[in-house]
Amino acid sequence: MQEREMTMLEALNLALDQALARDERVFLLGEDIADPAGGIVGVTQGLSTKYGHDRVRDTPISEAAILGAAVGAGLQGFRAVAEIMFIDLIPIALDQILNHAAKMRFMTSGRLSSPITIRTATLGGMGMGTGATHGQTLEAWFMHIPGLKVAVPATPADAKGLLTTAIFDDDPVLFIETGALLGTRGAVPVDEFSIPFGQAEVVRSGNDVTIITYGLGRPQVLAAADTLAGEGVSDEVIDLRTLLPIDFPTVLESVAKTRRAVIVHYATRFAGPGAELAATITEELFSQLAAPVARVGAKFAPIPQASSLEAEVFPSVAAVVEAAHRTMSGTAEALVR
Amino acid sequence: MEMRPSSPPPAAVRRRMYELMTLMKAADDRMTKGITTGEFIAVYFPHRGQEATAAALGAALRPTDQLVTTYRGVHDHIGKGVPLVDLFAEILGKDIAPGRGKAGTMHIASPQAGVMLSTGIVGAGIPVAVGLALAAQLEKADRVVAVTFGDGATNTGAFHEAANMAAVWNLPLVLVCQNNLYGEKTPIGMTMKTKQIADRARAYEFPGVRVNGNDPDEAYATLSEAIERARAGEGPTLVECMTFRFRGHSIGDDMVYIPKEQLADAEAKDPIPTYRARLLSSGVCTEEELSSIEATALNTVEEAVKTVVDAPLPSPESLMAHVYANPDKAPV
Ligand SMILES: Cc1ncc(C[n+]2csc(CCOP(=O)(O)OP(=O)(O)O)c2C)c(N)n1
Ligand SMILES: [Mg+2]
Repeated sequence: MQEREMTMLEALNLALDQALARDERVFLLGEDIADPAGGIVGVTQGLSTKYGHDRVRDTPISEAAILGAAVGAGLQGFRAVAEIMFIDLIPIALDQILNHAAKMRFMTSGRLSSPITIRTATLGGMGMGTGATHGQTLEAWFMHIPGLKVAVPATPADAKGLLTTAIFDDDPVLFIETGALLGTRGAVPVDEFSIPFGQAEVVRSGNDVTIITYGLGRPQVLAAADTLAGEGVSDEVIDLRTLLPIDFPTVLESVAKTRRAVIVHYATRFAGPGAELAATITEELFSQLAAPVARVGAKFAPIPQASSLEAEVFPSVAAVVEAAHRTMSGTAEALVR
Repeated sequence: MEMRPSSPPPAAVRRRMYELMTLMKAADDRMTKGITTGEFIAVYFPHRGQEATAAALGAALRPTDQLVTTYRGVHDHIGKGVPLVDLFAEILGKDIAPGRGKAGTMHIASPQAGVMLSTGIVGAGIPVAVGLALAAQLEKADRVVAVTFGDGATNTGAFHEAANMAAVWNLPLVLVCQNNLYGEKTPIGMTMKTKQIADRARAYEFPGVRVNGNDPDEAYATLSEAIERARAGEGPTLVECMTFRFRGHSIGDDMVYIPKEQLADAEAKDPIPTYRARLLSSGVCTEEELSSIEATALNTVEEAVKTVVDAPLPSPESLMAHVYANPDKAPV
């Protein structure tokens, strides 16, 4: 497949462009998405010019109505791609995800469904000082919704492949874009392609410890992995790419080999996605583990404005390295920490 | 919207509306009896007293038009043509229900009849109806979407967001407020300063009309006009239908919060005997025809109840079906 170097932002734009071209029933709606604005950071740039304002549709600032309209059009067979500017704003419209999009198929025994895609962004970890209401990392909330799927890409290629899957998936999908990663560059297949949900990527192979992450955790973990490699620790890094579903087979196969696991995410450590992973790893591999599973996540505090405090709330590279050290020492101390 | 002084609807429509109202009442009476006597256990929100609006709406919409309603929706469903067996089976959670015991009273959908959603979340159906109306517009179909909701629902953000969106996109949507003067146990005067809910449409620059929702002829005329406006591409209309619920919010409601005189007054104006008398005096139906309509309604309801009561509950193995499109690849 022919590839081209581009940013995650460009990759998202290309995925939307190709989805709009492929299927008449795909349409986009959201605040400020049409040209000339083309999105607040430009993800939808050019699309309304190319496909018309009917299919790339600016909306009032009405989150509940945006998702409600997406659900309704979905019932009629459209594939609506709704943008909610920031994940922090989703609670305003959560009812439409929780009580409608994710439940339609179940409540009608398959006679109706609403396969919407909700594109949203987390600004957590950008260090922009967006603070407590515009910088949260809330994916764990959505892992409690049967009927929904959740994707969190960390590379430009994954963003394109996963967004394509999301749009054409027959279930509703929450697609979380990470503001801090929109500018990252990478090789991206130019033609339409999709990455199946529930397929983690083994980013780096190793034998001593498995570090499992996704989203903005990925660059943190790769930085930590370099440090660890310098110390002679052979680490394996897994990017989950989707959280609902989670690729447990890949995770368990890796941990069965390394016997040690560290989970890293920007969501709160307390009741974060890592809790589910740690529990499952322990249930499946208890007797084979050389150390308790370690988790690194955000502190249980609102996101502060000051960069010094924001750095404190989110996991640092040093914290990842330290967690790996704990599993390597394999002592009961890891339990306590 | 300009209200023309209208002549009554055609006799066939009026007879049809009486049939529907009678069937709605018979269904409500039977569900109420079954639940209060302990014959069956179910969640149920009686519509008794609100039949005229639902019958008028059902008669005014085409079969291909779509409807979104609420937990208090059985009258609306009957009006739109959802079979009684389906309704009772949904209410009692039986396996023969189209929702296979996964819907329940608050969540009945019947796409064949055009009922795309009933929601138990107050106000939440209105944005979904906006999406359905948008779909009709994008498809260039001549389909109209009607959404019904209570007076209380017009205090939700969802109502206002959806009304504004329907207006800016000029959607083929009819917003039907069944104003029964109470939201659960709170009278409307405690929850809004607005004198007429119809006036709320003015904020969004589309017509709002208040009608006597207990008069099927009047409701039919106005709803038909709103529906045809929507069909002609002239955008949304809010129709406020004044009515009353005789049995409170849900079965078991003691209605202590409703002044006795108010209830007595509403019952004295019961839309069903009132309409019956009118059809008789205006010569639309004979006494024999009306009695036969009533007897048929009772029989139809009784037969449907029997079918449903005798039907089995869903088997436990069906729980995980339809959580996701592909059960073999369900995430958890
Ligand atoms: C968003 C929301 N808030 C509260 C409730 C609980 N509740 C159910 S019905 C109801 C009253 C609604 O009143 P109205 O819209 O007038 O409809 P009616 O029941 O009178 O038909 C309330 C408060 C709910 N289901 N949804
Ligand atoms: Mg009410």
